[in-house]
This record gives sequence, structure tokens and C-alpha cells, in this order.
Amino acid sequence: MSFSLTEAARAELDRLFAGYPNRAAAILPALHVVQREKGYVPDEAIPFLAELAGTSPADVEGIATFYTMYNRGPVGRYHLQVCRNLSCSLMGAEHIIAHVSGKLGIRPGETTPDGMFTLSMAECLGSCGTAPVMMVNDEYHENLTPESIDALIERLRAGE
Amino acid sequence: MSGRRMETVLTTHFADEGFRRLEGYLGKAGYEGLRKAVAMPREAIVDEVKKANLRGRGGAGFPAGVKWGFLPKDLSRPRVLVVNADEGEPGTFKDRLILSRGPHLLVEGIAITCFALQIHEAWIYIRGEYAREARILEEALSEARAAGFLGKDLLGSGFDLEVVLHRGAGAYICGEETSTINSLEGKRGWPRLKPPFPAAVGAFGRPTLVNNVETLANVPWILRNGGERFAALGCEKNGGTRLVGVSGPVVRPGIYELPANANLRSVVYDVAGGLRDGKALKAVIPGGSSTPVLRADEIDVTLDIESMAAKGTMAGTCGVIVIPEGTCMVRALSVLMNFYAHESCGQCSPCREGTGWLARIVGRIEAGEGKPGDVELILDVCDNMSGRTICALADAAAMPAQSFIGKFRGEFDRHIAEGKCRP
Ligand code: SF4
Ligand code: FES
Repeated sequence: MSFSLTEAARAELDRLFAGYPNRAAAILPALHVVQREKGYVPDEAIPFLAELAGTSPADVEGIATFYTMYNRGPVGRYHLQVCRNLSCSLMGAEHIIAHVSGKLGIRPGETTPDGMFTLSMAECLGSCGTAPVMMVNDEYHENLTPESIDALIERLRAGE
Repeated sequence: MSGRRMETVLTTHFADEGFRRLEGYLGKAGYEGLRKAVAMPREAIVDEVKKANLRGRGGAGFPAGVKWGFLPKDLSRPRVLVVNADEGEPGTFKDRLILSRGPHLLVEGIAITCFALQIHEAWIYIRGEYAREARILEEALSEARAAGFLGKDLLGSGFDLEVVLHRGAGAYICGEETSTINSLEGKRGWPRLKPPFPAAVGAFGRPTLVNNVETLANVPWILRNGGERFAALGCEKNGGTRLVGVSGPVVRPGIYELPANANLRSVVYDVAGGLRDGKALKAVIPGGSSTPVLRADEIDVTLDIESMAAKGTMAGTCGVIVIPEGTCMVRALSVLMNFYAHESCGQCSPCREGTGWLARIVGRIEAGEGKPGDVELILDVCDNMSGRTICALADAAAMPAQSFIGKFRGEFDRHIAEGKCRP
């Protein structure tokens, strides 16, 4: 299967690859661009980026799997990543994870059948003073309570 | 704390929403440090930072002026500054505050540092999750460029400086400076064997200085007010203030700018208001998740690097994690061990295997399936990890395991004997 991107994303990639002292250095930001466009990093993107970077597909694959932020498969429209590290755990992260899980009817690692939500667990998000915390796509949601989660999920379901 | 209102360096204007924009920053003496610096001989700038007694704020505490001196004298090879904004040590959330409330402090600190050391290229490596902070910082960089504080011929000094923001993609290990460099070069974030040190061969093969966000954000104040005044704010071996982060179930969690020798007990009880719901204190991890834990009766100690070392622990990132009575220490350690096993980059077998073993053994004790001898096994695994690896992650994993067992051994033994939790 071939791989294509929007004009704008293509232009952004060209800028990235030209902007680093060596082309391979642009792979991380380039993977971010692909994921922003597609929601994840599809297999077809690997040889495509390798060619742009002047490196091997195995190299790009190695990078795409080393870093946890790159999704190697499709995720829901909203990717909920709940921190499970110590400060959050002391503030009830386990209950938060159980609550989200129960509310959406999925376990960590799963996506709702309608493709709306994926639930994951994350390590420390650098927001320990406002624990418990989760990311929804790029955004932090802090000081979580079951009520705030319910309200958030209703809002997202309603498409707001 | 005391009756005297403490002077702050970093957070003074953080409550002011406008401070993150150039206009607000300029209104608070912003970029005056840089203006002063470009009119000074370069050695005088470095001297000021040496006088300031500024030590690296990323956890290791190395004197910044000395580190700056490691760059080769010879200018024929272009040199690079890498700004470490890859905050990820559990319990640490201070750099995020600087990035979101005072991004120009960092930008100005970068400009002064680069001017002083004749570095024309700086890369800010920010953790991928900090998307909002990256946007704020990008905006600050554009504002600074447009105003002539960065870019070609900055402030008419004839000096050019380019600063590029680079986002990571989720890997704790990329906070280790040689791993940051590899990641910046578009590789897996594998730490490098040293030597060569980054000062000799770093990013893109060039001589490289790696400094933490908080370290650099202090530099403008030092230039404006002088190194001696900065030194006087701190203690004998560490000038200035520290951003102390308090997390866990305290009344007022958050980041507080405090003297480098603030008392830990007072941080927990006075500054953060003590524990919520009248709970008692059980333990404190003083400087981020890898620093050895202290029991509640051990926290009458000042946070400076030497006093913490004398207590057998470390000031680290000053990320204070407060653990209340009623917490199962086996469970708490299990959370940490899973983290290190997840984050080991896998290059060195003592670390790759050791962190995996620790996570599994602590995990089975927690699940009520521990066996007699498991505690000794954990300690044995730790012994085999320490000091035998490329980077410090193996030690960072072993230290909490050793200290949790050293101080709460009874809980581990009971867990194994009774197969369940009785904290
Ligand atoms: S000690 Fe661990 S994290 Fe560090 S280089 Fe070795 S395997 Fe990687
Ligand atoms: S432990 Fe959850 S954000 Fe740090």
C-alpha cells in the first residue's frame, strides 16, 4: 500500500528534513507529523520516512517502537492516558483507572467499539502536584475525580 | 517559613499571566541580564556564574560554571548547547512550571550562556508530552527573535544565535544527557559510553554543553544582580534557590521556591500544610523517585546536597513525594520497579535483566505470592546492578529498592509470610 500525506504535511516534512544538520535527525519530529495526520504511525509510513531521511526502514522502525508516544496501530479519536506512577498512585490513580475503565467498558490497552476512546496507562507525566492526571490526546487533565471524568467523557461523547 | 520574606529568583512573577509574553517580561526587567552581558567581556560573564555558586538543577548538582569550562578552548569546531527539558523523574514537575509561566527566563538564560561561551546553536529538547509548554515556548522564541534577542547580530553585538525547539516522544531515559543527544540526532535514546564526554564529542559530533531548564533560567537574575547576591541566597555549597515540588496527599501540593537549605520537615508541614484528612506521615522520598526514602522520624534535615548525603539520601531534583501512614510500601515500591523496568533502554544486561527481576519479585510479593528468600534475592539483584552499567538508571532503580527494604523490611517479610497486606 502506498503512503500519502496532505500537501501541508508534505511541505512540513520537507522543511524538517532540510532543517537539521543531518537528515536522520528529523525522524522524531517527522513521526510526530505523521501521527498528527493519521492518528498513528502506519507501517507504510516507515519506508516512506526512511527514504526521506536517507536511512533504512529498520532504523525508522526501531525508533518508532522505542518511543512510547508513537502509536503503532489505530487508536480511538480520544486517547486517554492515565498516569500510574507513585505520586498519582498515592492520590488514587488506581481508582481513576478503574473508573474510566468501568465507564467506557474497556480495559487499559483497548478501544471502545465505536472507535471513540482508547485507554492506556502512562508513566509520570510531570504533573505530580496536580495528581491524579491523565492526558487526552495532547491535553492534560489534572486533579481528576470520578465526577470530573464523567463530565469530561460526556462532553467528548457529545462532540464538544 | 521564617518571618522574613524570602527573595525569589524564578517564581517572583509567575502569578502574573502576562509574564509569559515578551511585553510582560520586559516590564519586569526582562532581557536586562542579556543587555548587560553583551557589553561585558566573555570571561567576566563566566566569572559571575562561578561566583554565583550555581549548581546544576537537573538532579546531579554539578557546578554550572565548572561544567561550562569543560568545553574546549579551541573555537575551530562549532559548539552546541542542548537544553534538557525532558523532565520525567517521578515526583518532579518544576521545569514544566518554568516553561509555562516564565519561558522567557529560559530563553534569556540560553542567550546569555551561548553569548558567553560563543555557542551559535542551541537545541531545546522538550519531552513530547509537554505539547502545551512547547507551544508556549515556541511563541516565546518567536517573540525573542522578532525583538532581536536571538537570531542574527543579537542586540547589535555582532553575535548570531539560532535556537531550535525539538520534541521528544516519550522515553524517560532521554533525560540522561548522552541519551538526549542520541535522541536529538534521531536515534533511539540509548545512553553513550563515556568518554568521550559531550564536551568533546556531543550532538552531531560537536563539542556540547547540556544544561537543565531550571539551571539556565537562573542565569538572567545572576547577570542582573550579580553572582555574589545569588550565592548569598543559598547555602555554602549551592547558591540561589531551589524549586521544591511537593506531591502526594498534602494540603497544598505544588512547586515552591525555597532557599537551597530549607528544612524538609518544614517543607512538608509548613509550606505544604501537612497531610490531608489528619493523616500521619509514614515516609518521604526527598528528591525524585530514585532517591532513597526517609522514614517520618528522619526528615528533620535540610535539603542541601551535603546534608541529604549525610542522611544517606540525595537532594536530587527536590521532588518531594509525601507518603502517608496506611500506604503499603510493597505496593509503592512495586509501582516504582515497574517504572524502571519499563524505562530501561535495554543496552546493558545488568540493568535490562535486573530491573525486570526487581519488578517481578516485588510484584509477586505484593500479589501475595512471595517466597522466603525473596527479600535477599532483591538485595542481591541490586548489588549486581549498581555501578556496572553505561548510565545511572540501574542505580536509580536499585536505590529505592534497597532503601525501602532497609527501612520497611518488616512489611516485606509480613507480606511474604501472610501473603497479604498489613501496612
Ligand atoms: S543502565 Fe540501563 S538505561 Fe542505562 S544504558 Fe544501561 S540498559 Fe540503558
Ligand atoms: S506521578 Fe503522575 S504525573 Fe508524576
